[in-house]
Amino acid sequence: MNKTSPTLLAVMVIVVAALAAFPFVGEKFYVQLVSKVMIMAIFAMSLDLLVGFAGLVSLGHAAFFGLAGYVAALMSPQYEAGNFWTTLPAAMAACAAFALITGFLVLRTSGIYFIMVTLAFAQMLFFIFHDTALGGGSDGIYIYVKPEMMLGDIKLLDLENFNVFYWLVLGCLVAVYLLLRQLLRSNFGHALIGIKTNDHRMRALGFPTFRYKLAAYVMSGALAGLAGYLAALQFGFVNPEILSWHTSGNVLMMVILGGMGTLHGAVVGAFSFILLQEVLSNQAFFGSVAKHWQLTMGLFIIAVALFLPKGLAGLFSRRGEK
Amino acid sequence: MSAPILKAEKLTKRFGGLAAVTDVSVDLYIGQVHAVIGTNGAGKSTLTNMLSGDLPPTSGSIHYDGHELAGMASHKISRLGIGRSYQKTNIFLPFTVFENVRLAAQSRHPRFWQVWRSATAFADINASAERAIVAAGLAAKRDTVAANMSHGEQRQLEIAMCLATDPKVLLLDEPLAGMGPAESERIVELIGQLKDGHAIMLIEHDMDAVFAVADRLTVMVNGAVLETGTPEEVRASPMVQQAYLGDSFATGDLHV
Repeated sequence: MNKTSPTLLAVMVIVVAALAAFPFVGEKFYVQLVSKVMIMAIFAMSLDLLVGFAGLVSLGHAAFFGLAGYVAALMSPQYEAGNFWTTLPAAMAACAAFALITGFLVLRTSGIYFIMVTLAFAQMLFFIFHDTALGGGSDGIYIYVKPEMMLGDIKLLDLENFNVFYWLVLGCLVAVYLLLRQLLRSNFGHALIGIKTNDHRMRALGFPTFRYKLAAYVMSGALAGLAGYLAALQFGFVNPEILSWHTSGNVLMMVILGGMGTLHGAVVGAFSFILLQEVLSNQAFFGSVAKHWQLTMGLFIIAVALFLPKGLAGLFSRRGEK
Repeated sequence: MSAPILKAEKLTKRFGGLAAVTDVSVDLYIGQVHAVIGTNGAGKSTLTNMLSGDLPPTSGSIHYDGHELAGMASHKISRLGIGRSYQKTNIFLPFTVFENVRLAAQSRHPRFWQVWRSATAFADINASAERAIVAAGLAAKRDTVAANMSHGEQRQLEIAMCLATDPKVLLLDEPLAGMGPAESERIVELIGQLKDGHAIMLIEHDMDAVFAVADRLTVMVNGAVLETGTPEEVRASPMVQQAYLGDSFATGDLHV
């Protein structure tokens, strides 16, 4: 269980090295695109912890993503740089707290009800930010200046430099991957997979399964918060759209596309989803069909669901097993 | 005789207007196998479910080792030392035998916060898993995926998982269901060995097996206790002979 084959490990090292080197050769547009993809990959991994490992299909994961963005925006002075060391922990803590409170309620449900209740909580947040002046209503808030990462008087990283920001995101991606991988290998992770397989049996064996699911839910929320924080910084603004069910749906599609229950699958899913979106909506490739890119994307996802039940990542593992 | 380790008194379970179990009392003693027999629908599994916490009783009490179990959550009951197996095989099919049993053993050493250590790196958990696998006679199948095993082996795995939680009381719900004669014999022998140090409640239809291992018997009919006593007493009971076992039983023919 959870063993990484040497081939996969080698592929990962090469991919990380290539990603690290990319800003030296890539244009600004592409560096920022890949940076966005990596942020979504963190978001997708955080959801995969719920969907792929705890068997909890959430359709409200945007709540954490958006909440963290709003915390970052609200804590930053309008025309000055905020403090990275306070805004990031605050954003993640807000998400963890939101997950803890809503988790007590949503985790009492399962299956379709879990989907509906997570969606409902996310929609509540959406309308709070959409219909009140708290976060600038439907216009949202701009983050003109990215937070500063100071160590005493020294600026540790200049996040305004898009290459530096890119490497920060890459560092977060690798850290989140390693963290989750270790988590899933621990007693906690094994129990979680047991709960996904047979919750009732786990309780009969003496596991307080609710507590395990709640811990996973809080963890997942906090990590989605990290992604939301980075996204708010990269885009330079937050608006209610980042809390909408489209965002939740997109990240769920990334997880399904890549293959549920494998962390690297979530990363593969995020890359394919966003790159496909870029390609399919590009008029240079698809002409007049480009503006209907959702249609072609839909067909692609149907094809993956039908022919690759283990997602795109299943392509590698299937070959690896032989 | 010493005090019972588990004393269930006047347990009743109603589902709406239907009374599945009415006023059933059972005492379990360490070192004894207490068999519960009865036709399908007599309420045997409901009784097990109440003792294990899978179902809360409508009324009645369950005293165990200074605790009141009635209404307690199943994971807490399990942690107090009451293990159960299920009538319908209830294991983790995609996992290997070792991983199934290791997970069961882990519940006694959860180490919830030790996330930096791999689950397979705890020597005490591994050791109790290995012991339970050997005790249940599955040593040769240690690394087989549960889904690929025979029905009988899956039943053995069910018992191994139960043992790995280090219980004092074992509730075995039809452990022989669907087993061949050779497999049955092995499990009966295993139950006989487990008696030493455990209180066992055995629900079983196989009368040969029941009379081979049971120290006490409870006969249930329509959710109520018809008779309780030693196998000889039950065998001699005219009520039991009429209601459940039939006339041929009194002449010593155990195959009902």
